[in-house]
Amino acid sequence: MDYLGWDQVEAGAVLPSFDEVKGDIALLKQAERDYAPTNSYTASVADWRVFKPVFNRDLCIDCQNCWVFCPDTAIIAVDKKMVGIDYEHCKGCGVCVDVCPTNQKSLLMFDENEDNDRALQNWPEKIKKEK
Amino acid sequence: MAEKLKLQEVEVWDGNMAFAQAMRQAQIDVVAAYPITPSTPTVHGYAKFLSDGYIDGEFVLVESEHAAMSGCVGAAAAGGRVATATSSQGFALMVEVLYQAAGMRLPIVLALVNRALASPLNVNGDHSDMYLGRDAGWIMIDAFNAQEAYDLMLMGFKIAEDLSVRLPVMINQDGFITSHTAQNVRPLQDEEAYEFIGEYQSVNPMLDFSHPVTYGAQTEEDWHFEFKARQHKALMDSKACIQEVFESFKTVTAREYNIVESYEMDDAQIAIVALGSTVESAVFAARKLREEGIKAGVVAPRLLRPFPYEAIKDALKDVKAIATLDRSSPGGALGMLYNEISAALYQGDNRPIINNYIYGLGGRDMTQENIMEIFRDIKKNADAGKLVTPLQQFSGLRGPKLSFF
Ligand code: SF4
Ligand code: SF4
Repeated sequence: MDYLGWDQVEAGAVLPSFDEVKGDIALLKQAERDYAPTNSYTASVADWRVFKPVFNRDLCIDCQNCWVFCPDTAIIAVDKKMVGIDYEHCKGCGVCVDVCPTNQKSLLMFDENEDNDRALQNWPEKIKKEK
Repeated sequence: MAEKLKLQEVEVWDGNMAFAQAMRQAQIDVVAAYPITPSTPTVHGYAKFLSDGYIDGEFVLVESEHAAMSGCVGAAAAGGRVATATSSQGFALMVEVLYQAAGMRLPIVLALVNRALASPLNVNGDHSDMYLGRDAGWIMIDAFNAQEAYDLMLMGFKIAEDLSVRLPVMINQDGFITSHTAQNVRPLQDEEAYEFIGEYQSVNPMLDFSHPVTYGAQTEEDWHFEFKARQHKALMDSKACIQEVFESFKTVTAREYNIVESYEMDDAQIAIVALGSTVESAVFAARKLREEGIKAGVVAPRLLRPFPYEAIKDALKDVKAIATLDRSSPGGALGMLYNEISAALYQGDNRPIINNYIYGLGGRDMTQENIMEIFRDIKKNADAGKLVTPLQQFSGLRGPKLSFF
């Protein structure tokens, strides 16, 4: 990207998110959009994560709660089906796990270094409700 | 469409009601606010108008002033006319977001009812909060009475939203002295007021889904400087628009506003420079002194940011001595007005003797007597042609005299 002078930059540090919007951007899937070089979509902003959410497809009911609540839009949902986590942008805050309504949870936090397959094998049992 | 309110030719409003009525007439899309003394009645009045059907917009109840200004930033970026009100601690809590609003060039209007900052805790008026906002990148305008609070609030929207400006605007008025004192106010009728402000024009609205944008993007050393320079230039240049808005307001109401107001200055030899309701008291004191043959005058910057250096230089081009009155705890320095006025005059041909008075902190009365004493004080400097009184003094403080330099 060329460096612009102060009189050339857009007032208010407003940046276009997409290079050329063809048609209705809202109808394009995340992965199909033409991101501008200034868009952080192309950069990993998740290096500081200590715990990561792991997604369990077998338990998920596709309620979209995690997608709505994730503050970093790091939940990947395609056609209203939960697909997984965008680990390039997930900050590891755990909000998705908190709002996941299934019992046992379909999303759980694990150590960043934990292998995802192993995490799925050791998924905790359903929590018994206290009478 | 919201109901219209039929107003009398002269209404009896306090400064808060003046703010609230002007906000109602502006037909704001979103007001996000949190109550704090002494500005509470501004949003209280506004909320009442809304619940009574006189306003179409949204009123967002938030959990703090930080959230109030954040809500305003979001709504303004989304593409709507936005305003809020606050005072003192609430303003302090907003400060982080004030910089965001200015940096994103969002034309938010903030009704600031000036009050002291704790500690010690104090709900009464001084200019500590106004001074705290100095470098936030907002246009800052000062109203000295309720009529001006109403007028300037209307003008605030027009200035902020002008496409050549697009900066947030803060309208200040004195806590309690102005905000809670009922005065005669001549309002415009609803249509006339709305027509004066004009329809809102959005720029890069976030709710335009076919043109998605990022607001307040991360810039680091590669870009930050350029954006800030552009913002500063817009602020410096906004004086022209402000002047124009003042003039068009005059054609509608015959009420005249200037970026620097001068009273009794034609042949003045000594002058007081002050802000807020003290200006009117100082004019009264100057007129009294003129009966004794002392040629006293008053200069009041209507505009605090961008600071009107040229107009100040012009207003004070013939005086021999000046007292700059700061109603904010000086925090280990000479007062803000002292510094700005000195800076304005230093490059000019007239180099009067300039003193700094700290007064009225936490709502302490500023009496005619106090002001006349200050005038008499600086007359000594004018007569001697040099500084014979202390450079910085506290006026109206109990205990032994306190002065510096
Ligand atoms: S942990 Fe936080 S950032 Fe990561 S996906 Fe869940 S909600 Fe989003
Ligand atoms: S909140 Fe839980 S159940 Fe709902 S979509 Fe997300 S992972 Fe699936």
